[in-house]
Amino acid sequence: MTPSVIAGLLGAALVGLGLYGLILHPHPLRKLLAFNLIGSGVFLVFGIVARRGAAAGLRFDPVPQAMIITGIVVAFAASAVAVALILRLSAVGRRVTLDPEVPTRPDGGDAK
Amino acid sequence: MSLLPYLDICLALLVVAVAFWTIAARDLFASVVGYVAYGLLLAFVWIRLYAPDVALTEAAVGGGVTGVLLITAGKRLGGLRNVGQGERPGFGLSLVAGVLAAAVAGALCAVILMLPDPPPSLAPEAVAAIHGAGAGLGNPITAVLMSYRSFDTMLEKMVLILAVVGVWSVGADNAWGGAPAPFRVSKPDAPMVFLAQMLAPVGVLIGIHIFWVGADEPGGAFQGGALLAAMWMVTMMAGVAQPPRVDARWLRVALVAGPAVFLVIGLAGGVVAGSFFAYPPALAKPIILFIEAFMVLSIAAALPMLVAGSPGERPDR
Repeated sequence: MTPSVIAGLLGAALVGLGLYGLILHPHPLRKLLAFNLIGSGVFLVFGIVARRGAAAGLRFDPVPQAMIITGIVVAFAASAVAVALILRLSAVGRRVTLDPEVPTRPDGGDAK
Repeated sequence: MSLLPYLDICLALLVVAVAFWTIAARDLFASVVGYVAYGLLLAFVWIRLYAPDVALTEAAVGGGVTGVLLITAGKRLGGLRNVGQGERPGFGLSLVAGVLAAAVAGALCAVILMLPDPPPSLAPEAVAAIHGAGAGLGNPITAVLMSYRSFDTMLEKMVLILAVVGVWSVGADNAWGGAPAPFRVSKPDAPMVFLAQMLAPVGVLIGIHIFWVGADEPGGAFQGGALLAAMWMVTMMAGVAQPPRVDARWLRVALVAGPAVFLVIGLAGGVVAGSFFAYPPALAKPIILFIEAFMVLSIAAALPMLVAGSPGERPDR
């Protein structure tokens, strides 16, 4: 197996692990973390496309690699917005979950 | 037969194990620490794929800054009193989710093993475009980012600004214009302050160096900017600096400087060089470095603001 095939299978495994965590974790920050795992798995799969596209004297195709760099930064920006939304939602709703069934604790003092 | 294939397999297994840990750990903090380690290990995988630029970005942004973001968020959530928690789903749902995740991963594996041969590649076009546009950049990634696909890179900087606006906008109405909550409320330890004072000047120098050599070697505006951002965050975490007010004029100018300079030069390219985002060949390299310098500034301002969060959030509320 070449390094690119190993990295590709690794990417597939990361997507699977991330998907599992995204569905099952009740905590929104854990969901976000799992989603980031899916993202890096997708980047790895894209990365082996870049590695396989080696041509014109380069050992990689620079176009997908440049897009992965852009993608990592955009993924971080999206995560930051998600964190801000989670924090605000938890502060207003007084619960750290996305499950609408979980009741807010009544003993929280001022209900904002 | 060399040792490298075995090392590759060991590295892949290690990454999967750490990824499993971030999913399986009971505690949010343990999970985030696992994620930072995971980002660093993934950087090694990227180096094995001949992608040192991606490795630098993954280690700095994917591992480091995202880790700080999640740890800070976890601490702020922990500061909220009397909040309800969701329940872990039951065995049935776990089983279905596991089967679904395994099916998706298996399908992806099959696709990877059946990728077309010979592989499609844009490398010849990219190299031709880079040489056609002049520039003389030794690093093909920087050339693609700044010349071949410069419009994408400019839009991506806009996304960063939009994300900052989004983060600021979800704050409470009466907090608008104020400063984000400090990274730590307690008095920082002396070693942390010492670290920030020693590390920040060196880190700033390394960040500028990585940006500067990015024209010809692995590195560039993203990686250098992320390092500068990390140094600013270290000083804020040590309490040496405080997050600025979000209505500070210098902050807003720093945030928009990168994309604004990029856009103006791109529009000027339509007049001077004949097409949108084209550079005159003789001046291409200095122009690209000029744009990148402002992009470093914007990235160094945007990433810490994204981590600092909305204005007026207090962990003790």
